[in-house]
Amino acid sequence: MDIPYTVEVRRDTGLNNGKIGIWLFLASEVMLFGALFASYILIRTGAHSWPRGDTILNVPLATFNTIVLISSSVTMVMAWASLMRHRFGTFRLYMGGTILLGFVFLVVKYFEYGHKFHDGLFPSTNNFLAIYFTLTGLHMLHVFGGMCVNAYFWGPGSKLWKTNPEWFTNRVENSGLFWHFVDLVWIFLFPTLYLL
Amino acid sequence: MTTDHAADIDRHVRVYITVFVALMVLTIVTVSIAEFHLPLPIAVTVALLVATIKGSLVACYFMHLISEKKLIYAVLLLTAAFFAALLALPVLTVHDGFWIR
Repeated sequence: MDIPYTVEVRRDTGLNNGKIGIWLFLASEVMLFGALFASYILIRTGAHSWPRGDTILNVPLATFNTIVLISSSVTMVMAWASLMRHRFGTFRLYMGGTILLGFVFLVVKYFEYGHKFHDGLFPSTNNFLAIYFTLTGLHMLHVFGGMCVNAYFWGPGSKLWKTNPEWFTNRVENSGLFWHFVDLVWIFLFPTLYLL
Repeated sequence: MTTDHAADIDRHVRVYITVFVALMVLTIVTVSIAEFHLPLPIAVTVALLVATIKGSLVACYFMHLISEKKLIYAVLLLTAAFFAALLALPVLTVHDGFWIR
């Protein structure tokens, strides 16, 4: 049995099922990160003293990672636009670029974490580092998850383009919505943890 | 693909490039402002204001929220209400013993 409403829109929602599904998922993600942000506010406002992020964390590296993630959002949306223009080769270039930029982000985080551990700074060291590792760790998992989905659409999943290009384009758009959400979360994490 | 459709996508691509440049500029603004070591309440306000502008650009243009269906807006409105309530929870603890005993 075929999956219903993958391309055509439902009359009651005005959307295909994939689109409404990804937005409901993102709504749950907002609450997940929202709970952690609320915890951060509670812990910080309740603390007698709180270090400025830039005294402990590496701001230039985080700024570089911000630029990397924003760039990956652009390549992601360009990948989708390429499919809309029926240019599959260009799609693969942009999608490959998105995956590569995600990888660069994770490599930079690896060095950042490694440096912290080398200096004896662990989540158990203090509340600031606990919230830093929790929030950035969860965010990194999301980057990794997004990369896996994008890699699937770049590789084996792209076979769908030959049989049902519209469905494939919709799937890439939904994958892009997740990727942009991950970028959006970082846009708030960066000043909150590193600069304030 | 019709000529109109192609022109429409080209217009979208130009918007994406413009938004990308705006996001880069705002990232530089965020980092530059932090160099001034402003008092914390002002620093928090400015940093979150710039982050909100950047986030809105991503949501509106990259995530196409600027031209989305009503149902998506309804879902997000509900999410925003719960998110605001969640962020407000720590505030309740400030009023010593009034809300939380």
